[in-house]
Amino acid sequence: MAERSFAREVEDLRLGHGDTFRGEGILAITKALLQSGVAYVGGYQGSPISHLMDVLADAKDVLDELGVVFQSSANEAAAAAMLSASVMYPLRGAVAWKSTVGTNVASDALANLASGGVTGGTMIIVGEDYGEGSSIMQERTHAFAMKSQMWLLDPRPDHECIVNLIEKGFELSEYSNTPVMLEVRVRACHMHGSFVCKDNLKPRHTIKDALNNPKRDVNRIVLPPAAYEHEQEKIKTRMPAAIRFVHENRLNEQFGPKQGKVGIIMQGGMYNNVIRALQYLGLSDAYGNTQVPLYVMNVTYPVIDSEVAEFCLDKEAVLIVEEGQPEYLEQAINTVLRRKDIQARIHGKDVLPMGGDYTAQVLLGGVRDFLERCEPRLLGNRPPAPDATPVLNHPAVERLKQVVPARPPGLCTGCPERPIFAAMKLVEEELGQHHVSADIGCHLFSILPPFNIGATTMGFGLGPASTSAFNVKADKRAIAVMGDGGFWHNGLTSGIGNAVFNKHDGVFVIVDNYYTSATGGQDILSSRATNTRRKTNNSIVQAVKGIGGQWVRQIDRTYDVGRMRDTLKEALTTQAEGPKVIVASSECMLNKQRRVRPQINKAIKDGVRTVKERFGVDEDVCTGDHACIRLSGCPSLSVKQLDDPLRDDPVAAIDNSCVGCGNCGEVAEAAVLCPSFYRADVIHNPTRWDRFKSKLSMAVIGWLQQRRDRKRPVLEALA
Amino acid sequence: MRDESTRLALPAAGDATERPISIAIVAMGGQGGGVLTDWIVQLAEDQGWVAQSTSVPGVAQRTGATIYYIEAMPPLDGRKPVLALTPTPGDVDVVMAAEFMEAGRSILRGLVTPDRTTLIASDHRSFAIAEKIAPGNGIADQGAVTGAIGIAAKTEIVFDMNALAIAHGSVISAAMFGALAAAGVLPFNVESFRAVIRAGSKGANASLRTFDSALAQVQTGSFAAAAPKPAEATRPAHAPMEPGLAALVTRLKQQFPAPVQAMALAGLKKVIDFQDLAYGSEYLDLLDRLLAADRQCCGGDKAFAFTEAAAKYLANAMAYDDVIRVADLKTRAGRRARIANELELSQDSVLQTTEFMHPRMEEVIGMLPARLGRWLGGKPRLVGWLDRRVSKGRRVRTYSLPWFLALYAVGGFRGLRRATLRHAVETAHRDEWLAAATAAVRSNYQLGVEILQCRRLVKGYSDTHGRGLSKFDRTLAAIKLIERREDAADWARRLREAALKDSAGTELDGVIRTIKSFA
Repeated sequence: MAERSFAREVEDLRLGHGDTFRGEGILAITKALLQSGVAYVGGYQGSPISHLMDVLADAKDVLDELGVVFQSSANEAAAAAMLSASVMYPLRGAVAWKSTVGTNVASDALANLASGGVTGGTMIIVGEDYGEGSSIMQERTHAFAMKSQMWLLDPRPDHECIVNLIEKGFELSEYSNTPVMLEVRVRACHMHGSFVCKDNLKPRHTIKDALNNPKRDVNRIVLPPAAYEHEQEKIKTRMPAAIRFVHENRLNEQFGPKQGKVGIIMQGGMYNNVIRALQYLGLSDAYGNTQVPLYVMNVTYPVIDSEVAEFCLDKEAVLIVEEGQPEYLEQAINTVLRRKDIQARIHGKDVLPMGGDYTAQVLLGGVRDFLERCEPRLLGNRPPAPDATPVLNHPAVERLKQVVPARPPGLCTGCPERPIFAAMKLVEEELGQHHVSADIGCHLFSILPPFNIGATTMGFGLGPASTSAFNVKADKRAIAVMGDGGFWHNGLTSGIGNAVFNKHDGVFVIVDNYYTSATGGQDILSSRATNTRRKTNNSIVQAVKGIGGQWVRQIDRTYDVGRMRDTLKEALTTQAEGPKVIVASSECMLNKQRRVRPQINKAIKDGVRTVKERFGVDEDVCTGDHACIRLSGCPSLSVKQLDDPLRDDPVAAIDNSCVGCGNCGEVAEAAVLCPSFYRADVIHNPTRWDRFKSKLSMAVIGWLQQRRDRKRPVLEALA
Repeated sequence: MRDESTRLALPAAGDATERPISIAIVAMGGQGGGVLTDWIVQLAEDQGWVAQSTSVPGVAQRTGATIYYIEAMPPLDGRKPVLALTPTPGDVDVVMAAEFMEAGRSILRGLVTPDRTTLIASDHRSFAIAEKIAPGNGIADQGAVTGAIGIAAKTEIVFDMNALAIAHGSVISAAMFGALAAAGVLPFNVESFRAVIRAGSKGANASLRTFDSALAQVQTGSFAAAAPKPAEATRPAHAPMEPGLAALVTRLKQQFPAPVQAMALAGLKKVIDFQDLAYGSEYLDLLDRLLAADRQCCGGDKAFAFTEAAAKYLANAMAYDDVIRVADLKTRAGRRARIANELELSQDSVLQTTEFMHPRMEEVIGMLPARLGRWLGGKPRLVGWLDRRVSKGRRVRTYSLPWFLALYAVGGFRGLRRATLRHAVETAHRDEWLAAATAAVRSNYQLGVEILQCRRLVKGYSDTHGRGLSKFDRTLAAIKLIERREDAADWARRLREAALKDSAGTELDGVIRTIKSFA
């Protein structure tokens, strides 16, 4: 079960001809796939395309009606390999993932696919996780498109344009026998907009048809001599076909006046922000009526030489707006112009920054510089552009820089991974610091305060593999952390199998929270929920043992900090040979709460005896040292300033978002911290026995309390 | 080229035409910024406008700082406006901050400018991890944000929207939506705002109440009257002070100068609560001696800063955190009442609490009579053997009779406290510290005050307490090295502040190294 239910959005997938879709970009893309008559869809979740996977997972009925096969792939390589269904058969297929990380994983399959070419239209939807808010390394998918020769679509951030390009993209793919990539940036994926729908199309050719009528053609298989032929085909047939199709169907767009001394060439994705920048300069209105000629490349690979040449022919200078580096387009366009001996000067990364987001502000600066150099008359008397620098330079704001604290992401309230890292911290205090290889997933937040654990991260599921070099006898062992998502993505073989085979001496912690939580809580092989469409409940421990792991410990309640600490200590000190694998399992609290909270509320309402737990801090016992927070970082464990002139430092406090996971108490106990924490158990709808017991003991307790209170001087009068 | 251009007397090639209304919502992941965004988009679309929102959920959604951005504008002759995907500094009409430091962050991003921006911010705090983990007080200065808002915002609407939402059983989005409606920056009537909330299914009524309340609050300008406060428990009228206590209070009022009376009274209360009236008297005796030293050093000119610091830290030192105190506090009637109140316990539910105690042999030895405790402390093997039996985590069910009786009994050791080893150790440590401060104040008044304030470093239990004590000792030793310097007090303050920065004392060691390099 994913983090969000998409029941309402699924209804949007049913919209028919003439209906208006309103919603998120990634859902518009999903709808466009159905309008294009896809026969199958696969992919691997990850921001910003998780919602595409989630909505399709919830859309069983719609997909069944259309006869579309949907699969949550084991990883991006598996998804890419799925596209092989379109090699021999006229099946339209699409896969989606986060890029460039997913594209990295998928590259092998993609390169093979692109070499042999496709019969049915194939589309790879890449969520380009670049710029502010990105969680990955800053790279471009563009390189993959060029190296394997797949066409790269980069539509204007406008639902209508994106949807249209997907439909056209399938045609392009079929026309040129080449897989097509659709690049959508994070903000475009999460952008709310609208478009007018068409009816969904049933696939003309279905998977069933293909299975019943198998075909093969050895010339499509990547093996010499066919592989050499493929390269020639790419150059001589597929590329020219693609160029023809893109040109004839006007997939790239021109805006503004036909003629002009200067012009701007841009990736489609840059269009909106370029228009805003031009507007600031008085060169466009809000509706895109620009006074500067624009050539918008909704297809960024291949470059359509003839169109570029035509656009540049009468211009003295042209600005290329191309986000990210290196500047592939700028290089390509320079080549085009040199070959054709066209004299327009090319500007790009000389006036715009080499890396980082091309926001309207950045583009404003770049376009202004460009025009100042090449056509200052256009700038006229320079209407005042928005500028925050006077405010930012004000001393009061300058001072704020020292005040506003960083707010990095962290583990959620009650996260089951917190006690694992608290235990690691306690072990660190006893046995010293160890080399820790971290991995991708929520658990990567361990590298930040308060835990500060983890030295490297090499890619999803590669935490264990990245300790492989540390396989010598030493005073300390290496520790690798990996999540269940990474484990099934590839870590079982690349990490655990690799360690078993090479007799690795290290410690491998597998964080099992029943979902791929970081990507939105999708089910995986070891998820414990029953999922009618998938086979879940496959044990990680069994898998580890099956691949040859001998020293395997299962901890089925990560909140048992003492046990977690002792197990880690044992793993770090045991004489046993081979990898020491600890599988630490507890359900992702975000998902658990979503699942359990309605049940609890219903039980309480229905009069069923229910115990609700919450933690608290006795503020007069707490001394305000915050050692507990340094071992936790839980959002619900905070501090508060007491109204007491004798106290300098704020005390710990737990707010009402506490879910009673138990970490605070366990840590206080295991780390011998302090007795300030208490757990409050509230019994709703108590039984008669509960009431009787409580009444009896409270009667005695009340009497004892009164007895002592009588001896105590009454201090309330001292204000 | 460039020069020429600036001299050209050309009109603008075109006007910087009308731009869309732009709204940035700055929040933390999980605060419901998405809901608010959807509401605003829906609102604009309901009026026939074109609205676009963008966000970057990604990893930020896990409690990190994040931003949602909305642009909206009516279509023109059937043409849709081209809307930007990121806010441009200096060009944002409304910034809505769901937390006060996030409001500060939006100012730092240049999103709030005086020519344009209405800032709607909730001034409640949700502390960032860096603010929480400092061993001292790491809480950021809210005043800096308030000051910057005054500079940066064109209009400001600031009040505790979180408290208001909670009071109405809703979420902050609803309060912020109400503030937006009241701000009048969107040309839509209030009823259309309400319609959007009503269209949402879950919790619409609570949201509407919150919305209306926020709206009313902004319109009447009564931000200060924030959320309806939960009715305070009516306190019984004070019983008359018993004679012993009254005598101590009278003595305090007579002996101590006005500037220190408030602090001394708080201190007196604390030590009596910790032990008994006699202990209160001891407190005043000690304080009196310190006051005498203060007077000799013309403390009157300095508002008796030395005595005031002493009144505060002496009380803290005398009311040390021992097992007896913890047991006493945990078994008081008021404590259970407080928890029940916090939990909003209903009549027909039953409360139980569990304490997480981990007593060690050290604590047991501390409770023994001083001589016996010292003897036992000299037998490490025996202590080790005993410790293995004592030291383990114990889950104490506070309100089950056997456990309560046990805690109650420990709390009852109060009468014997003065004879314990812990008391002897604490008293010796306290006297040594007071002597050092008294000696210092005679030659360097401020240094004396600083030494008193170093007591702040001693806190926590078990290892944490040990670490605190060690920092205290190291700090005092370092002060000794420079006590004759004129700027000794500055260095003492620097040492103390460094010691409160991190738990391991790395910063403190750094300052000590610096001191050793010249002392």
